[in-house]
Amino acid sequence: MTDAAVPRDVHARLRGVTRTYPGAGNQPPVHALGPIDLDLSKGEFFAVVGPSGCGKSTFLEVLAGLQRPSAGTVTFEGKPILGEVADGIGVVFQEDASFPWLTVWDNAAFGLRRSGIAEAEVRRRVEDALAFMGLKDFTRAYPSQLSGGMRQRVCIARTLVLQPRLILLDEPFGALDAQTRLLMGDEVLRLWRSTGATVLLITHALDEAAMLADRVGAMSARPGRFIEVIETGWPRERDSSIVAEAAFGEITGRLWERLRGESLKALGASRLATAAAD
Amino acid sequence: MRHVGLIRIAVIAALIGALEFACQSSLISRRTIVPPSEMATTLYKILVSGAINADIARTLGVIVVVIVFSIVLGFALGVLIHALPRVREALDPLFATYYAVPVFIFYPVLIAIFGLSIFPIVVIGVATAVVAMIIATLNGLDRVPRVLTKVARVHRLGRVATALTLQLPAAAPYLFTGVKLSVSYGFIAVIAAEFILSPAGLGRDIADAYADFNNRRMYALILFLLIVATIVNAALHAFDMRWAARRSGGRL
Amino acid sequence: MTATRRATDTLVIVAVLLAAWQILHRIAGETALPAPLATLSYLLHMVPTERFAENAVATIEAFSFALLLAYALGLAIGVWMGAHRLSGAVGEPILVAIYSLPKIVLYPVVLLIFGLGISGKVVFGALHGILPVALLTMGAIRAIPPVYLRSAHTLRLTPWQTISTVLIPAALPEVFTGLRIGFTVTLLGVLLGEMFASRQGLGSMIMSDMQLAQSEDMVTVTIILFAFAAIANAVLLWIERRLHRRV
Repeated sequence: MTDAAVPRDVHARLRGVTRTYPGAGNQPPVHALGPIDLDLSKGEFFAVVGPSGCGKSTFLEVLAGLQRPSAGTVTFEGKPILGEVADGIGVVFQEDASFPWLTVWDNAAFGLRRSGIAEAEVRRRVEDALAFMGLKDFTRAYPSQLSGGMRQRVCIARTLVLQPRLILLDEPFGALDAQTRLLMGDEVLRLWRSTGATVLLITHALDEAAMLADRVGAMSARPGRFIEVIETGWPRERDSSIVAEAAFGEITGRLWERLRGESLKALGASRLATAAAD
Repeated sequence: MRHVGLIRIAVIAALIGALEFACQSSLISRRTIVPPSEMATTLYKILVSGAINADIARTLGVIVVVIVFSIVLGFALGVLIHALPRVREALDPLFATYYAVPVFIFYPVLIAIFGLSIFPIVVIGVATAVVAMIIATLNGLDRVPRVLTKVARVHRLGRVATALTLQLPAAAPYLFTGVKLSVSYGFIAVIAAEFILSPAGLGRDIADAYADFNNRRMYALILFLLIVATIVNAALHAFDMRWAARRSGGRL
Repeated sequence: MTATRRATDTLVIVAVLLAAWQILHRIAGETALPAPLATLSYLLHMVPTERFAENAVATIEAFSFALLLAYALGLAIGVWMGAHRLSGAVGEPILVAIYSLPKIVLYPVVLLIFGLGISGKVVFGALHGILPVALLTMGAIRAIPPVYLRSAHTLRLTPWQTISTVLIPAALPEVFTGLRIGFTVTLLGVLLGEMFASRQGLGSMIMSDMQLAQSEDMVTVTIILFAFAAIANAVLLWIERRLHRRV
């Protein structure tokens, strides 16, 4: 394809990362993730796809510092992450995390207000972020008055104002319909380009990963491991219209080829689980 | 559906009107029920004369003390128990049964222990109301969506900041339900205690009026209490509706 | 393993409560509050006596009538308000408002209308119980998914079949919750009535004990009432849980 232009400095690095949960009651411990080895380059857009329950969200939380790995190391900008969220990392969660008791404006300003930045700067950043996310006309509305997609945009705005250098998105468009997802995908790309941040997106939708990312990591069924990392080679100035290109179909096809077996495994595992529970 | 409100007012007015008619035309004797209009005028005279001001102050004062105490104590205990899961599990059967037993019948025992004074009334009032607040607090803290605590960590908030700026507002609707119940239960328990046995208070006044066959006075005082209780409950309900609309919007 | 631990934890709580009782007994004195063990032995002697039996029968009689009345009227009102949208919309806030009122102030009115005999207590108790039964029945009927009715139509069920095989099973769990709560509040209503103006029944027995400083008797009857209410509620709750599981 054309100019990929992905910078090669390492922004975040995972080495030998695994995550094991202790079993409930008499059950054996659950090996949920890993071992994972991954280098995230500065400014790249990396997507993780895999079947349900494979550990994608765990992966994101370990990278963010919300969970400690059971083994292995995670470093961000050269410094190890030890169970605390580092400065410069922003996270948008799958569930709606907008605060129902605050207006859109106060939601976006929430993190900034606590970091001791001057009020004038707070206003500037909040205005910019809300305008960028298309929420300029809704600053005084409450989340309960907005649609699901708009509430997610509020959460993204709240993350943006902190000017994170690494943005982690955990299936942020899971609850939205297909057309809205494509449009939100364009938004995320716009966001990525204008902030210059490194973006990691978790999704179960192969086409979404293929369309948005510079690199796509295909994760196996539990315990999640990367079975392949595909370089898409898209230009930085891309949008949802690339779904028309032949390469898009090839990439999506290849992802499905690698993940079909894993999805069947995950499906079988969940069938066994429900059978055992009865 | 605003005309539903109008229909409701019409229905209530019709019932009161029917009662008035039945009493005035002696279908119902004055020894049983006094016409509503006379209830109102008698109440007005009593209030204007200032004769029951002391009792109003006493009864409402006790109720306020009971409510405030129950809310504060109930919230504090709720927070404490929520932080100790094992204690909470052990107390669970107690909470489940608490409102299944007629706690109020403990009132005479309290009188036997503490004597006939204001103290047993306060105790039975708090005993009735506090557990509702504890349960509501536990519920509210449970219902803070887990994603909010994760957001707190992403924003690197300390424990106190997380509690004050995230957990408290998120739990607030449920805490308010506890407040509503505490107000309601406190009111009911205090009035019942005054009624059954008390040195003074509006409940005692009504019981005395009944014993003296003073129907006019009795109905006037009953009307007064019903109006006060209805206003307070309605105000809380309206407040709750405003909050609820802003908060839930289909996310519960 | 965790079930036994939970049971022992609860026993610890019960032991703590009994210890608190004992301490309060020491502080308050014999005439005010007897000790737990003394109460237990008194209980064993008192229950077979005629005085207790008479009063217990009086309370049970009043309570049973009140409960039947509360259930019958509550269910009727609840079904009507649940099925008839407008009535439900108009009536629900009225019922909710009455629910939060100190209904004790209406007791003299009830006595004036129904007299000092058993009818007064029955009506007063029923007045308490009607409200939760009606409100929860109404809620249960409103909550029946309309698709159930459409399914019944497509299956060409008769109205009676629709009601008995679809609507009643669908509404039953929540209606039963109303019945359980109604049980509790009706009992309280009857006891309150006895405490105020009655010469018969366990409620009045407690009051006369208090006036005659017979604290052993008073505490014992109180405990018996608590135990009765707790056990009845536990049984009803067990039934309710089984109903909920089916739906």
